[in-house]
Amino acid sequence: MDHQRVKFIFQGNQVKDPIIYQLGHNFHIVTNIRRAVVQEDMGWVILELDGEKEEIERGLQWVSSTGVRVDPLSGDVVEG
Amino acid sequence: MAFLNGLKCRECAREYPAEALNVCDFCFGPLEVVYDYATISEVISRDRITKGPLSIWRYADLLPADSLNPVDIMAGYTPLLKADNLGKQLGLNNLYLKNDSVNPSFSFKDRVVSVAATKAVEFGFETIACASTGNLACSVAAHAARAGIDAIVFIPADLEKGKVIGAAIYGPTLVAVDGTYDEVNRLCSEVGDNYPWAFVNINMRPYYAEGSKTLGYEVAEQLGWRLPDHVVIPSASGAMFTKIWKGFNELACLGLLEGVEASSFGIDQNTAHHPDVKTRMHMTQAAGCSPIATAWENGQSQVRPVRPNSIAKSLAIGNPADGIYALKVLEESGGSAQSVPENQVVEGIKLLASTEGIFTETAGGVVISGLKHLAESGALQKDELVVAYITGNGLKTQEAVEQVVNPLEVRPMLSSFEEALRERTLAKR
Repeated sequence: MDHQRVKFIFQGNQVKDPIIYQLGHNFHIVTNIRRAVVQEDMGWVILELDGEKEEIERGLQWVSSTGVRVDPLSGDVVEG
Repeated sequence: MAFLNGLKCRECAREYPAEALNVCDFCFGPLEVVYDYATISEVISRDRITKGPLSIWRYADLLPADSLNPVDIMAGYTPLLKADNLGKQLGLNNLYLKNDSVNPSFSFKDRVVSVAATKAVEFGFETIACASTGNLACSVAAHAARAGIDAIVFIPADLEKGKVIGAAIYGPTLVAVDGTYDEVNRLCSEVGDNYPWAFVNINMRPYYAEGSKTLGYEVAEQLGWRLPDHVVIPSASGAMFTKIWKGFNELACLGLLEGVEASSFGIDQNTAHHPDVKTRMHMTQAAGCSPIATAWENGQSQVRPVRPNSIAKSLAIGNPADGIYALKVLEESGGSAQSVPENQVVEGIKLLASTEGIFTETAGGVVISGLKHLAESGALQKDELVVAYITGNGLKTQEAVEQVVNPLEVRPMLSSFEEALRERTLAKR
């Protein structure tokens, strides 16, 4: 089992999509919301994810494919 | 020894020991160092600082690492030039340039990496690491070489070779990641969590970021222990911007500035604001990656991440870790944030080179174009003291200004030279 912490960032109409529900429903991943800020047209959620490493990877790839941004907890770490 | 009490969460104020940690386990807020300012105030003085080495380590009392054995390639104590020629063009009589492009690996990153590398060695790490597209990679590799430890540098697989030669020469292990910008970010963060390495801007971030305060200390010292009326700073993650502000306020609270009474740091060291610190903090970002400036312009409390598409690669952080804290500094200082059009970046580089003889990278072009806009808009009064920060060297981003190369092509005869010179002179009229 693997454990990951990630930040999802929703922009525009994405805030209306049940992404976290679908992530837990369609993949063998346990999701746990730890912090969130949701506004009318923007939101971010910090999640803990538990599951097999490959399953979490597949799940996060799916989330990215929906256009929701999947980031490390502490923002971008690739610097110039 | 460092006058350090530990780490503290910036959001929930939970305390942690001074270890290689960067995120609060409880609320996931960023961790910041906590200093023992009571002891610092007993030992620090201008005299003690001026007798120190000509590097960032002259301010060792205010840095979170043990200064007895710093990993020092002589970062810092860079020139502060009075820029009369550029000032004349912009209508500014007291314009100065903090030229950090002359650091040992040619960018301000040497300041932060020197602190992070020193702390890493203190913690017993044998490897330091980073994910970078340029300046940070060079600095990490150089400091690892100096410290005699290993360096691992993650780069995007499609990064041009020329961009990493400045890092590769020091002998790090280069890891080219084949993935999108987001995937590279996530992988590096995961590696940072899983390997016993000092990842300078992940698990060492609380210490690393403090190195930027020296950009504030030096300017104050070089101005005779006073602060400028305005500073103009390039911004990527927002960390340097907030740390320069913190540096100004530390000097004021410790009574090190001319004519300023010492005062308490208050409840939260990281948000201390001495009432005599009146410097207006101006941030510049390139329009192709300006999430903080955009939030400021739109009056938003949250910074909305963007996917970078900018010529100013060293500022291309789409999801800035310190974005919301930078917004607070903008507000508190009465400053501003400029989103500089991409087509004005090169103009800024050329203006600086042609007036002051300094060749800066694209981030410096962003600063100079932002400075020009501030001057033209009347935000800077002609006799106010203004400092613009030039944080990287133009040799790193030569491709951005290739079009300036336009030699007179002549045969090896005087007549050919004179004809070409005449044509060029006519063309210029």
